[in-house]
Amino acid sequence: MQMTDVFVVSDNILSPLGWTTDENFTRLKNSVSGIRWHDDTALSPEPFYAALFNKELDQDLAAKLPGAGELTRFEQVLAASIRQALEGCKVDPADPETILIISSTKGNIPLLETAEPGDPELKDRISLFGSAQRVAGHFNFANRPLVVSNACISGLLGIITGARLIRSGRYKHAVVAGADLISKFVLSGFQSFQAVSPEPCRPFDKDRTGISLGEAAATMILSGKSEELPNPLIKVMDGLTGNDANHISGPSRTGSELSYIIQKVLQNVLVRASDIDFISAHGTATLYNDEMEAKAIDLAGMDSVPVNSLKGYYGHTLGAAGLVESIITIASMKEDLVLPTLGFREHGVTKPIRVSSSLLQKPLKHCLKTASGFGGCNAVVLFSKNTERP
Amino acid sequence: MKDLNYIISSCTIGRNSVFKGDTRLYSQAEELGQRLLSLYRNLGLDYPKFYKMDQLSKLGWLASEILLKDNTILSTLQPEDIGIVLTNANSSLDTDIKYLDSVANIASPAVFVYTLPNIMIGEISIRNKFKGENAFFIFDRFDAEFIELYVCQLLDTGVLKACVCGWVDVLGDDYKACLFLVARGQSGKPSPGSESPEPGSITFSKENMDKIFREGGIEQ
Repeated sequence: MQMTDVFVVSDNILSPLGWTTDENFTRLKNSVSGIRWHDDTALSPEPFYAALFNKELDQDLAAKLPGAGELTRFEQVLAASIRQALEGCKVDPADPETILIISSTKGNIPLLETAEPGDPELKDRISLFGSAQRVAGHFNFANRPLVVSNACISGLLGIITGARLIRSGRYKHAVVAGADLISKFVLSGFQSFQAVSPEPCRPFDKDRTGISLGEAAATMILSGKSEELPNPLIKVMDGLTGNDANHISGPSRTGSELSYIIQKVLQNVLVRASDIDFISAHGTATLYNDEMEAKAIDLAGMDSVPVNSLKGYYGHTLGAAGLVESIITIASMKEDLVLPTLGFREHGVTKPIRVSSSLLQKPLKHCLKTASGFGGCNAVVLFSKNTERP
Repeated sequence: MKDLNYIISSCTIGRNSVFKGDTRLYSQAEELGQRLLSLYRNLGLDYPKFYKMDQLSKLGWLASEILLKDNTILSTLQPEDIGIVLTNANSSLDTDIKYLDSVANIASPAVFVYTLPNIMIGEISIRNKFKGENAFFIFDRFDAEFIELYVCQLLDTGVLKACVCGWVDVLGDDYKACLFLVARGQSGKPSPGSESPEPGSITFSKENMDKIFREGGIEQ
């Protein structure tokens, strides 16, 4: 069956490293990390490393997003990213064939920490669908928004879902946006798992000791229409999710489940493992995640393919991670440039995968983005570059 | 195309009743905690992991146990061909509140892990060895139209051959689960690879889902 082509027509990353995709990518090429040492008892009794927005965020948002005062901080960050992505293309929110998809793990849940007990408006304020509706209302989206909340694969699942809804014929365009802010809620949780690294995270490294958390919002706009598209064209070829069916808080011991969906995506679109030019891994820098991913990549026959993780630049941005890292993957494809894995020094997984450790210029046509999360979930998306007009 | 997909079975658990298909299993009104324990006992289950789950996962997991009991389809399929697509309104808020209360003393990793709604998908996957598509969506109300659109897309494009889908929501005293086992039929037959339709199968449609969600069961 011939699948409808789905193109990436615009994107934005709003992070501690910059407010546009270009600003972000320039920082990454210069090995700048957003991860800093924070000593903030409102977030954690002990100091910690994380990539957080600076204290001026609220003023910056007010300046960039006039008339958004009724939105919460989480919603404003999302809206600021969506606004910039919309400005980069002709997709119209008011078009009945456009859908807004929001990916987040916790949304406004940080408000629970400071809320007055018994506040009658609180329940609506902190519901993710309520947030999505307010953001959709801000841009006059014609359709009800769709909210994806599936742990750390939420961002990739948003892209996969957008592509599916376009291929179903129900919509022509999907504005996929994701965000998460770091609060005491999330930080204490990962600390309770002993999962937060005492130094900036070091994906795939021999001495890795866990994650650094990060804040970001990101937006990718997908379209099934091929008129007036940017050159080069980036297509969302296919994407799948799956479950390890093994453990709710630990990844598969074999990596076979992630490997299975990687291989199935390639089969679906008739691309061979040897055609893959680059893999943007999840690479959280926990002992078990990185080992599982290395096994999955090895099982898929991609030991010689350059792999990186961007967690050393952004930290783990949770529900935004799949979007942020996919957008950087696309920026990499446009410049034929694989970024190094910041924090990686010495090979620290049992399979001989090729962890990128310096800037590498090479033609990038077919690139994979993977993610994994609590609940045993995995996701993969294949992006391909086409320099010819369709 | 859409009449090729069938609801093989359904289960609804609410405050006043528990249904499997159109059969009312229990008609006694029960509080959530009581409902979860009495169902676990009455179903004769022995699954120690159950006691570690939060209320949301317990509810969804029990609904899936009732939903999948005695089906003859899943054993004919590969683990990767069976997926789970769930929805609700309150995400994991019920456990989020409990977790935040615990943070004041000692944050509990065993509670924190349940502050994501898709953990329930993981629990059902572990129990049944389902390895196919996962997705969790949040709505303000049960949205059968979206579930039909999304799950049909998965079944019609061959991503899945069967899917557990529906709604599981818990917040305080309010709770409701409504799950459907949906499978792709072949040549109009709801049972993949089989000549005769699975007894009791009905068309996978928005209308049928809405009726089951509202009324618990549905007449043939």
